[in-house]
Amino acid sequence: MLDSALNVFRQGRNLARLMEGLWVTLEISAVSVLLSMLLGIVVGLLMTTRKPLWRAAARLYLELVRFVPILVLLYIFYYTLSRNWGINLEAKIVAVLVFTLWGTAEMADLVRGAATSLPAHQRESGRAIGLTESQINRYVIIPQAVRRLIPGVINLTTRMIKTTPFVFFINVPELTKVGQQIVEVAGMKNYMASFWVYAFIFFIYFAVCYPISRFSGFLEKKWEN
Amino acid sequence: MSTAQPVLRIRDLHKKYDRLEVLHGISLDVPRGRVLVVIGPSGCGKSTLLRCINGLEAIESGDIELNGESISSGKTRWNLVRQKIGMVFQSYDLFPHMTVMGNILLGPLKAQGRDRREVTREAEQLLDRVGLLDRKDSYPRQLSGGQKQRVAIVRALCMNPEIMLFDEVTASLDPEMVREVLDVMLGLAERGMTMLIVTHEMAFARAVADKIIFMDQGVIVESAPPNVFFENPVSDRARRFLNIFQFDGVKKEEQPHVES
Ligand SMILES: Nc1ncnc2c1ncn2[C@@H]1O[C@H](COP(=O)(O)OP(=O)(O)O)[C@@H](O)[C@H]1O
Ligand SMILES: [Mg+2]
Repeated sequence: MLDSALNVFRQGRNLARLMEGLWVTLEISAVSVLLSMLLGIVVGLLMTTRKPLWRAAARLYLELVRFVPILVLLYIFYYTLSRNWGINLEAKIVAVLVFTLWGTAEMADLVRGAATSLPAHQRESGRAIGLTESQINRYVIIPQAVRRLIPGVINLTTRMIKTTPFVFFINVPELTKVGQQIVEVAGMKNYMASFWVYAFIFFIYFAVCYPISRFSGFLEKKWEN
Repeated sequence: MSTAQPVLRIRDLHKKYDRLEVLHGISLDVPRGRVLVVIGPSGCGKSTLLRCINGLEAIESGDIELNGESISSGKTRWNLVRQKIGMVFQSYDLFPHMTVMGNILLGPLKAQGRDRREVTREAEQLLDRVGLLDRKDSYPRQLSGGQKQRVAIVRALCMNPEIMLFDEVTASLDPEMVREVLDVMLGLAERGMTMLIVTHEMAFARAVADKIIFMDQGVIVESAPPNVFFENPVSDRARRFLNIFQFDGVKKEEQPHVES
């Protein structure tokens, strides 16, 4: 039993390739998550401004991106754009681009929610004790908004990591893609290969996402008071 | 006495929300060390009046002076003026992410730039006075409504304001907690704090007020010492309003202390 497992991972550069695949997964996730956070804050704040044009534009973007399947977005950017308009983007760049588009929309909605759910009298209480508007933002509004934001942001991060296997379809050699390639070759001789490889991948996703989600739980507990 | 400058002087104050005029020319003086209690039916403009005084609402016309200086001139630096006007609202609006002490220190440290050690000492004295020193490290959600309002009062007091404004601070409290908050306000009156109080607690109004201001539909209808107002209200409107708080005794003589 165990021999079959060890064989799969020992064969050729299999283990190293899986690790490279994991690295690609993490790279795409980390870059897209970071970009999404930054851009999402900007778009989210646009959605709370009093300028109707900005608000409408942000709203439209959010609705469009959120309800189109990721796979369709990947295909649009990878195949359609590169074929028809001759824009040749590396698959990994397309992956980051699409994930950032999606993540930014989700993040913007979280930011909007956190910014508008604070009761108006929190700002008034700040005014009543003589704070300036920027002091109110700094000491009263932002700390509370961030606390409300964290669980959603963590959830979004793990969702983005879990969705990376989609880039499989545009041939990015990420974890799942590499796993599949290994199974295709090794599976001919070793019928347990697919089980071991996917179990390994299962474990890796868990090992990456579980601590992130625990961290969120920790923060929520800490800020409960 | 009457020649001394009042802490707060309001002249012919008009306030509109969009087209709806809710204050039609309010004038009143709050002399130093005096307590004015504003009463009147719901929606008559009491909250609006207090909110205009510390600049939470813009006014249409009229003049508001704090210690003889106009604060309604348009170039008022409200953050500075508000440091001299303590306000406590009906809803407990402590900052939920800060401890009791954090709530109290924020204004003195950040708005007034005072020394942390000095303010902490003052905050502890004030908390002790309202019986909450042992809760200084608690968070608002660990406190009862009455405790939160007492902290809100201390938070305003710690700015060393010239005048305190109270807007129905016991209106959303459970009955058994009303008393502890009113007692704190009575204590302030004894210490000579200048106050403008909006309340529906008639027995309290009578006990604490130097003067009762009765408002209806955006005007001051009557303004008199409490014993005069409660025993011989001049206007029909005041008499009708006071009747709401009277219960005809079914079994024995009326008990004037039962209200909420
Ligand atoms: N922000 C607002 N916008 C429009 N109308 C308001 C606003 N706040 C209060 N009002 C109206 O102004 C009037 C006076 O309200 P308020 O000052 O809250 O009365 P009170 O405190 O005496 O119950 C009411 O008719 C109320 O509906
Ligand atoms: Mg009111």
